[in-house]
Amino acid sequence: MLKVLKSGFFTTIQDKGRVGFASVGVPISGAMDSYSADLANSILNNSVQDAVIEITLGACKFEFTKTTTICISGGDFSPTNNNMPIPLNKRILIHPNDILSFGKINYGIRCYLAVNGGFLSAKKLNSRSFYPNITKDFLLRKGDFVSYKERTHSITTSKSSIKINSNHFKTKVIECYSGPEFDLLSDHQQKQIFNTTFTISKDNSRMGYKLNEIVENNLSQILTSAVLTGTVQLTPSGKLIVLMRDCQVTGGYPRVLQLTEKAMNQLAQKTTSAAFQFSLISI
Amino acid sequence: MVKKITYKSFGANAILIEWQSIIDDKILEDILLFKEKITSTEKTEIVDIIQAYNSLTVVYKNYISNFNDEVHQLKQVYKSILKEGKENNFQWEIPVCYDVEFGIDLEEISQKSNLEIDEIIQLHSSALYKIYFIGFLPGFLYLGGLDSKIYFDRKPNPRLNVPKGAVGIGGKQTGVYPNNSAGGWNIIGKTPVDFFDVEKENPCFAKAGDFIKFKSISLDEFYQLEKEVQEKTYQLTKTLYNA
Repeated sequence: MLKVLKSGFFTTIQDKGRVGFASVGVPISGAMDSYSADLANSILNNSVQDAVIEITLGACKFEFTKTTTICISGGDFSPTNNNMPIPLNKRILIHPNDILSFGKINYGIRCYLAVNGGFLSAKKLNSRSFYPNITKDFLLRKGDFVSYKERTHSITTSKSSIKINSNHFKTKVIECYSGPEFDLLSDHQQKQIFNTTFTISKDNSRMGYKLNEIVENNLSQILTSAVLTGTVQLTPSGKLIVLMRDCQVTGGYPRVLQLTEKAMNQLAQKTTSAAFQFSLISI
Repeated sequence: MVKKITYKSFGANAILIEWQSIIDDKILEDILLFKEKITSTEKTEIVDIIQAYNSLTVVYKNYISNFNDEVHQLKQVYKSILKEGKENNFQWEIPVCYDVEFGIDLEEISQKSNLEIDEIIQLHSSALYKIYFIGFLPGFLYLGGLDSKIYFDRKPNPRLNVPKGAVGIGGKQTGVYPNNSAGGWNIIGKTPVDFFDVEKENPCFAKAGDFIKFKSISLDEFYQLEKEVQEKTYQLTKTLYNA
C-alpha cells in the first residue's frame, strides 16, 4: 500500500483514460502530460496503460508499506526518499516504511509517480483515472491508501541516464493545427491569433485553460458538436479556452485550433500567467 | 432532401463529418445510421465516435497518415447497406415530481410567462422528446421537442450546485442533470431515475434516437420511487418505438 501522509494541491491517479464512452458523455481523462507519465512507466518496464499518480506542484508526502521500485518523471519538485534526494527518470528501490516527499519546485507543474506494475485503484469503465461521479474519489486525500503489488526482486541499476529535453518544460511555442472553424476567421483574426503572446489565466484546471488575451470575435456559436482534448475554443467574450484531458465531449463554441499531442503535454507543464504563442503547422 | 456531407480533418487523428447546420430529425436519422454502419465495420483503428446534432467525429487510434484514403473508406461505408437490421429505439417513461419543493424556479417562470404552474407542467409532461445525443456531463441527454410556449432563458447567474435528478429548462432545451453539477437552467422538478450508473456495463439506459416522455408524479410517489431506485428494485417503463 501507498499511504497518503500529505495530499498536496491536486493529486490524482491517472492512466490512459476512458476511450470509447463518448456516446454516453464520458470524458477521456488521463495523465495531463502523457509524455512524462509514459516515460516513468517505460523506465520501470511497465505497460503504458499502468496507472500513475499525477502530482501538481509537489507539496505531498507518501509512505510505502511494501518493497517495490518507483520512478518519478515530469516536473522537478526536489523529491526525497527518507530525506535523501532522489533523481528523476531513474528506478528507485523502495523499502517498507520509506517516506517519499516533494519540496522545492525547480521546473514544471506536474510530475508522475509510477510504481512497478502500476497503482491498483478501482477500474471504472476500463480506466483508473480519477473523475467526479465515475471513480469514488476525484482527489487523493490525507489518510488514503492506494494498493500496488509487492516486488521483491532486486533491480538492475544502470549507469545510463535519460536526458530530458528541457524544451518540454520551457518552450514558449505551442504547435497546433487549424481547427474545424478556423476558416471562418478573417485573415486579420487569424494573424491576431498567431501574433499574440497569450498568458494562462488563473482559471485553469484539468478540464481546460482559459487564456487572458482577447481575440476579436464576431463568430456565432455553432450547433453543439464534438470537442477533443487540445481543442481551442473561441468564446463570445473573445477569450480562448484550451480544452485539456478532463474536457467534456461536446461544446458549442467555435473550434479554431487543435493542439498537437506534444503541445498538449507541453502546455500541461505550464500554469497561471505562463506566456506562449501558437504556431500553426499543417497536418 | 439532398444530404450534403462534408469531411474535415480534426487534429491529427480524427475526422469530423458534418451535415447541414440545423437540428433536424431526418439528419439525425442519417447520422445515426452512418454511425451504426461505422460501428458494424469493427475497424480496430477507430477508437471512438462522437455524435452530435449535425456531426459525427470519428477518432482513430493513431495518426491518420492518408486523410483522403480514410475519407474514401468512410464514404464507402456510408453507401453500404447495414447488414444486421437497425437497432431498436425505445420510448422511456421518466417519472418527474414537479412539486415546488423540487421545482424551485416554477413560481418565477410562471409569473414571468403568465402561464399557470399547472400549464407549464402539462406542457412539459405531454410532449415526446427525442434524444439527439448525450454530452455535457456523463448521462446528460440533449432533447428535442420542447413546446415553444415554455422556452425560458437560462438564469443570468448559474447555480453552483444543481442536485442530481433536477429537471430543467434552458432556452429552447430541456433536460435532466444526471449528477450534482453547476448549472444555469430553470429547475422545474426532479426525477428519482438514475441517468448514469457507472457500475453498469452500459452506464446510461438511453441512447441517441430514443424518446423520453416525462410523467408527473406526486411527492409521495417520488419518495417511494426514490427508495426503489436506491434498493435497485425499480424498473423503468420502456416501450418499443416504431418510427
